Amino acid sequence: MYPAAFEYFAPGTVDEVLELLARHGEDAKILAGGQSLIPMMKLRIASPRFLIDVNRIASLTGLRQEGDRLVMGALCRHAEVGRSGLVRLRLPLMADAASQTADVQVRNRGTVGGSLAHADPAGDWPAALLALDTTVTIAGRDGLRTVPLSEFIVDAYTTQLGPIEMVTEISVQLPKAPSGGAYVKFEKRAGDFAVASVGVQVELAEGGQCRSIAISLGALGAMPTRARAAEALLLGRAASPELLTEAGQLVQAEAQPFADTRGSVEYKRHLAGIIFRRAFAAAVDRALGREVETLHV
Amino acid sequence: MKLPVNLSVNGQAYEEEAEPRTLLVHFLRERLGLTGTHVGCVVGECGACSVMVDGALVKSCLMLAVQAHGCEVTTVEGLAQRGKLHPIQEAFVHNFAMQCGFCTPGFLMASHALLERTPNPTEEQIRQDLSSNLCMCTGYVQIVEAVKEAASRLGEWRKTHT
Ligand SMILES: Cc1cc2nc3c(=O)[nH]c(=O)nc-3n(C[C@H](O)[C@H](O)[C@H](O)COP(=O)(O)OP(=O)(O)OC[C@H]3O[C@@H](n4cnc5c(N)ncnc54)[C@H](O)[C@@H]3O)c2cc1C
Ligand code: FES
Ligand code: FES
Repeated sequence: MYPAAFEYFAPGTVDEVLELLARHGEDAKILAGGQSLIPMMKLRIASPRFLIDVNRIASLTGLRQEGDRLVMGALCRHAEVGRSGLVRLRLPLMADAASQTADVQVRNRGTVGGSLAHADPAGDWPAALLALDTTVTIAGRDGLRTVPLSEFIVDAYTTQLGPIEMVTEISVQLPKAPSGGAYVKFEKRAGDFAVASVGVQVELAEGGQCRSIAISLGALGAMPTRARAAEALLLGRAASPELLTEAGQLVQAEAQPFADTRGSVEYKRHLAGIIFRRAFAAAVDRALGREVETLHV
Repeated sequence: MKLPVNLSVNGQAYEEEAEPRTLLVHFLRERLGLTGTHVGCVVGECGACSVMVDGALVKSCLMLAVQAHGCEVTTVEGLAQRGKLHPIQEAFVHNFAMQCGFCTPGFLMASHALLERTPNPTEEQIRQDLSSNLCMCTGYVQIVEAVKEAASRLGEWRKTHT
């Protein structure tokens, strides 16, 4: 199985990428980790005539702290995020997502920028990062622009990226203590895409009330969404078993899954309620300083 | 149009070229004659094609040969030294961790990568990590046992080889 023939470019700067995109338009595609694009090219779902490999652009690599934000270059690999001490300490939700995305080999190549640009409805980064204050920086011919992740993905496999644009950076606010987060993913078999996934990020007040709460849903609709009604219910209140049951029901109501080989609509809704409660419990435990290992379910 | 692919494989330098659409796995097998790396699914699901590129385990069916230009690659042929099996290979033989052997090169490389990062993995870690690779024959039990044994063999081996 070979991809269709293409012309290959490996530019060293973002400007060159934009020039190539301008020259070749819709016939060109950016190659990042290649863990989604190369299979698609082999199956001939995608047959770009010009392939722009961005892996040699040094400015797109690495992750760093900038003030109160974590800034990742678009080429930051899933494995690199999972290994980062800063991520493990301040953003355990992201460490959960990093270690549950695909498998070792795919995590060594696949990039955060590529995952967001690919916008798979069951992708882990789109769902996980939506529970955090995440922005996406896009380079275009008029310079850089930054958009919230919630506006970046507009539909299944669709983003607001224009034809002569690329993702250069992803930036995530470091939550203020005492806060905690967790990302729980239910997979049919190890390393597969999610049947359903839920991210929860909470900040706790003195009395244990949720000072802020974000709940994101993955694989439960055409694109990841926030469970706004459940968030509104929990905001400002301390969680009790009754309240969590009610919040779980709201999460189930807000989920809009479709039936596929991974499960029926009813099954996925049911899962959404259960993994929400697991994610919430892990997030609160972490906010209280307790160590919670990534849940593999 | 062919492009240059200058790389090192198992410590040997090669100056080759490849059509851009050539996958690294096909380049290794057909151009360099290193047929130890197997082609299973070719879509990134089975792990049979796993190799190390610049120290990271990757599926060589999900990388273009031209992307390995300037890289250091290790394939299963790079494990044995001077005709002597690597401790991980010995442990696989000793535990009957293969039947048809199709998946074995991939499992050896995945085990190698795991034990480099985690010299003493728990069974849970072994199972999590190797879930990237599929085996149709063994039912995995012997493979997991082999990796456990390899971990202890490697402890000894490292004392004399580094
Ligand atoms: C066996 C297997 C299992 C997997 N399991 C999971 C899983 O469980 N969860 C999960 O989330 N993912 C999974 N994936 C997908 C994987 O995470 C990919 O790495 C990811 O979806 C895409 O990232 P990439 O860097 O590989 O992008 P590529 O494949 O290189 O590109 C994907 C798309 O994004 C575009 N693109 C890439 N980078 C940019 C950029 N900087 N700017 C603009 N456009 C860009 C490309 O043009 C292309 O259209 C799996 C993949 C495989 C092969
Ligand atoms: S042949 Fe590469 S993963 Fe199956
Ligand atoms: S030994 Fe036959 S596939 Fe693993």
